[in-house]
Amino acid sequence: MEKIKKFFLPRPIILSSGKIVQPKLSPMVYILPILGIAIYYSAQLTRFKFSTLINRGSQFFVIVGRMIPPNPAYFERAWMPLLITILMSVFGTIIGSAFSLPAAYVSSENMVKNKYAKLAFRAIFSILRTIPLLILAIIFRNIFGLGAFAGTMAVGVFTFTIMTKMFYELIDTADMGPFEAIESSGASRVQAFWSGIMPQLWGQYIALILYNFEMNIRNAAILGYVGAGGIGILLNERLAWRAYADVGIILIALMVTVYLIESLSRHIRKRLL
Amino acid sequence: MTTRKLTVQEQLAKWPSHMVLKVGAVAGLIILLALSYYYIPYPGLTDTGIRIARNILFSIFNPSLDLLLDFSTKNGVVYLLFETAAIAFLGTLIGTLVSIPLAFLSSRNIMPNWFTNLGIALITIIRTFPTVVYGLMFIRVAGPGPFTGVLTLAIASIGMVSKLFIETIEDLDPGIIEALDASGCNTIQKIQYGIIPQLLGNFTSTAIYRFEINVKYATILGMVGAGGIGAPLIFAISAYRWKDVGALLIGLIIFVLVIELISSKIRKKLATGE
Repeated sequence: MEKIKKFFLPRPIILSSGKIVQPKLSPMVYILPILGIAIYYSAQLTRFKFSTLINRGSQFFVIVGRMIPPNPAYFERAWMPLLITILMSVFGTIIGSAFSLPAAYVSSENMVKNKYAKLAFRAIFSILRTIPLLILAIIFRNIFGLGAFAGTMAVGVFTFTIMTKMFYELIDTADMGPFEAIESSGASRVQAFWSGIMPQLWGQYIALILYNFEMNIRNAAILGYVGAGGIGILLNERLAWRAYADVGIILIALMVTVYLIESLSRHIRKRLL
Repeated sequence: MTTRKLTVQEQLAKWPSHMVLKVGAVAGLIILLALSYYYIPYPGLTDTGIRIARNILFSIFNPSLDLLLDFSTKNGVVYLLFETAAIAFLGTLIGTLVSIPLAFLSSRNIMPNWFTNLGIALITIIRTFPTVVYGLMFIRVAGPGPFTGVLTLAIASIGMVSKLFIETIEDLDPGIIEALDASGCNTIQKIQYGIIPQLLGNFTSTAIYRFEINVKYATILGMVGAGGIGAPLIFAISAYRWKDVGALLIGLIIFVLVIELISSKIRKKLATGE
């Protein structure tokens, strides 16, 4: 055992004073074997094959190649679902963020005095947060039926869970001075929160909403795949038909939309913070 | 120019009001909400819908224990979760390995500006495509199965991971490398002692963060036939097998929570050293 340990230890360094310093064992000694085992079993489990990648990998670029040149005529059919996708994310983001404000209040450390209540709220929101957007979309599709409303609800709940976490972390670190001053002058805790804490956080809150909105546009684009409205349904249909030129124009339209919204949102966020 | 102190009212009145901006923002919001109201009609809740909602909610408290505690067959929750984790792990690994050279080639302190702009444009394009679209494209390459999931997550990771890598590389402290240079180190020693220690922590942290995201994506890729726990969950919901839905949802929730916990622990350690 001693011998094995010595084998992995780096060579001791002899200082000019004659003192011998033994550098510490590198953590790589156990990280690398663990990684190796994980890679081996993951490759087994996923049936990873380099031969497929080498033989058929070029197929991916063949598909990309067929998207060029895109078919601009198809835009006439695509712009309406694209608009609905945008509206789904707008509406979902607004609803989700609105509800996240009280939810963040009840799960923040410095607003709620009861420790167990706070932990219970946080646990519920953490569990909700683990459910992926597409699963939410499928659940809401089964409840409300096919269409954009189910997708909007999914985006709303998804935004709600993420915004709640991000915002209670902000409340936790807010300056409590104004809050205490207002509370000591006779205001209730909610009133003190509204006029003592929120003015510090409005900018960051709106920045978070914009950030979530950016993400939602990209996420909402795929919701149509499960019948929850928007551009995804066309993407799925055109890919299934192998009408790659149509897919190309949809993707370009999506890319331009995402780019414009991201630029606008980044501009506003820079002004806010 | 007065020299006396202003009263509170006067000070408030001097603040810019941003009236135009506020009115514009509110008007824009109202237009968007009106459009949403028009284009996203509320379909109403039917009795079936209410029943489904109730069943899904109760399914979590009434899972099929056979499925949840099935450790041996390929249909059990445990195997599906392992498969999901394996897809996310390999996808993250490949995506990260591809991102490293891409990020170095797109960093402004390493390559000339015209070249980095090309790299950044490429990364932006990769990032815009929705993950599921990559999934649908790779199905044509590798056929249905978890391997497709790996390839999809690999390419979907490149966008975010290389973007964060570039930020880390551009933050490199050149002083350390200059100091090593001055003490007579050769190029390999400079990379070993000057560059790798500066990058490794941040790179690992980014990769682990992306793994956390990929685990969530791996659960939905099942929908396009790319393996993982997603497909059985969707089938169970569509077929109204509520007990199975409960088992799969519980498995998924615990799995994601555990991964989030481990990931945040490791990343905290990497960031603070303890």
